[in-house]
Amino acid sequence: MQLEYIGAFDVVLGVLARFWPVWIALVVVMGASFAYKKRLGLYGQLFDSSVGIVGVGICLFWLFTAIFASTISPFNPLVQIPIMKDALPGAVEPQSGLVYLFGGDKLARDVFSRMVYGSQIVLIIAPAATGFALMVGITLGLPAGYYGGRIDTVLSFLANLVLAFPVILLFYLLVTPGIMETPIPYAMAGLFFLFPIVFFSVLFWTRYKKRPDRLYILLGLTLIIGGWVYAGLVFDADPFRIIHIDPNQLNIFVAVVFASSPGVFRIVRGLVMDIKTRDYVAAAQTRGESPWYIMLWEILPNARGPLIVDACLRIGYTTILLGTLGYFGLGLAPESPDWGTAIKDASRLLRSFIHPALPPTIALMSFVLGLNLLADSLREQSMKD
Amino acid sequence: MLSFILRRLGTMALTMLCLTLVVFFLINLDPNLKKLAISQTEMHTSAEQLESWLVNHGYRQNFFSRYGQWLGIVPKQPVTDPATGKPARRFSFCNDPVEPTFSGVLQGDFGCSTKFKTTVASKLFPALGATGILMFWVLVVMVPISLLIGILAGMREGSRTDRTLSVASIASTATPEYVSGVIFTVIFASWLGLLNGSAASASRGITFYNFTLPVMTLAIYGIGYIARMTRASMVEVMTQQYIRTARLKGLSFGSVVVKHALRNALIAPFTVIMLQFPWLLTGVVIVEVMFRYQGFGYTLVEAAGNNDIDLLLGCSLVSVFIVLITQLISDVGYAFLNPRIRVQ
Repeated sequence: MQLEYIGAFDVVLGVLARFWPVWIALVVVMGASFAYKKRLGLYGQLFDSSVGIVGVGICLFWLFTAIFASTISPFNPLVQIPIMKDALPGAVEPQSGLVYLFGGDKLARDVFSRMVYGSQIVLIIAPAATGFALMVGITLGLPAGYYGGRIDTVLSFLANLVLAFPVILLFYLLVTPGIMETPIPYAMAGLFFLFPIVFFSVLFWTRYKKRPDRLYILLGLTLIIGGWVYAGLVFDADPFRIIHIDPNQLNIFVAVVFASSPGVFRIVRGLVMDIKTRDYVAAAQTRGESPWYIMLWEILPNARGPLIVDACLRIGYTTILLGTLGYFGLGLAPESPDWGTAIKDASRLLRSFIHPALPPTIALMSFVLGLNLLADSLREQSMKD
Repeated sequence: MLSFILRRLGTMALTMLCLTLVVFFLINLDPNLKKLAISQTEMHTSAEQLESWLVNHGYRQNFFSRYGQWLGIVPKQPVTDPATGKPARRFSFCNDPVEPTFSGVLQGDFGCSTKFKTTVASKLFPALGATGILMFWVLVVMVPISLLIGILAGMREGSRTDRTLSVASIASTATPEYVSGVIFTVIFASWLGLLNGSAASASRGITFYNFTLPVMTLAIYGIGYIARMTRASMVEVMTQQYIRTARLKGLSFGSVVVKHALRNALIAPFTVIMLQFPWLLTGVVIVEVMFRYQGFGYTLVEAAGNNDIDLLLGCSLVSVFIVLITQLISDVGYAFLNPRIRVQ
């Protein structure tokens, strides 16, 4: 049976039309941000430069794509329709009359839908892993920079140890199917996921020690929510069955957090060593504040600028790492629609077909580019102050 | 200075000891050993046969004694042949000692590759040589281009050249090797047909046709990063008092840049270039797999994929060594280049 095709112009129009929820959301959010940019602080200042606008735009585009993925994509990313094997872009699927906008891959799945669904995986894992890495890095970097001495020596040595590992080797060792049979990933997850709970507990404790009414509410909330998420993620024992993570995703998550927290640690440590010489820290010390109060409520808020910039860059870098994992077929399921796996599958067949390779590569590149542009303009803006 | 280097070398040795211990532990996890036994024995072997294979090849000895044997501080024990009861070689394809001898990494014996059926040294060092050639060409391309871009951009901060080049370098840092590799292959190999999309023939002889794509792919990610660092350092130098003085005494802009700014602006990028090596290492693995070039990265992937314990240990030792030695060189070099820095 012969496939029908639509022209290149129709393909472009079709793609633009499929993204309609994203365009609406983008117009609403960008319009509102423009209108109220004076009141939005650092985020509002981003809209003063073209680089910032482009960066925010690209990041929001992928964010909304991930949110509305099921509306945007015409096909299920995992379903194979045999007749569409290696179909060229614009091929019409005979049964439903819908179009394979970017063609079909070697397993006859819709490349466009896979690209759209791939954004979900990246936009969940990359920011979450970066968040955990920030927590671990901050919680360990603050005392290392503030106290110095032996704590600093030990922690810095450990951080350098992890940093001396080439990333790829680390992943080959930590993200193998075999390691799932050992308790190592769960032990590491148990350790890393403890850090946010400890961080927020200490944060509230130091601030509201003298005000039990607030303290007990905040501490209670931290422990209940933290404990719930902790039970769901590490032991897969969420009583309400809402929080659940596949073992192989947990493995990837842990490996990515492990690989990127020493970097955060080094940055936080350097910032703390710089900031602790300031007058307001000396004033707090004279007032008799506890060391952890000074670290969390005097030093950390003043280190936020570089940390936000670093977080943006780090999300981009984590996206690249996830792609690397997919490219080497580590951790993620072979049929998973994430961009790295798609690039791996397509790059083996570049001699015969190029169309399955381009959408995931361009998607990954544009998302990382958006984050880098965002980070760049954030840095420019925070330098102006 | 000498004591600084000695202390750093001491830390380096300690780091390597810890890291190899960790790698050794992770590679020798029980599931990994089972996988190795399955791949090394015939099909359909029972669990007892797998276990006896592991025992016969010495994989069930005490963990620390095995690590010591690999390191060369514990004499390597030959295994006993179950048929004859006499001491025998662990693997027939390697010249393992038949008597207990000190023969580990410290003595220059990297062990035995189960995947390639040869000694690790005879596999690893040619591969390193091949990667060395690739790295050389990458550096030859990457360093001049990125320094030039950085200097041109940082010369006049905020100008149109600066903004264009900055966005271009951000774009290049946003392009990991597996993305740029695919895009370059599509453009230069599939559409234009100018270059070869595979570097497999490069092991026999390097030509422009088969080697350009890997080098380009590997260089592009680093170019953006080094260019941005150079730009930042150049911008900082251009605001210094002595630049203004030189301008005010009537020197032309070009000669101010070349004679006064350049040398000071190039100190920071030196460190960055040195610290790029660990990143290049990951890139090398991707590029060599993508373009089928038989170098270090290819060997690493093969070793990891087939649970080749000794080869993977050798690879990790080499890569960790490269990371640590470049850190040391960058620190020492920085102190040499910048007269304002003194190390204690």
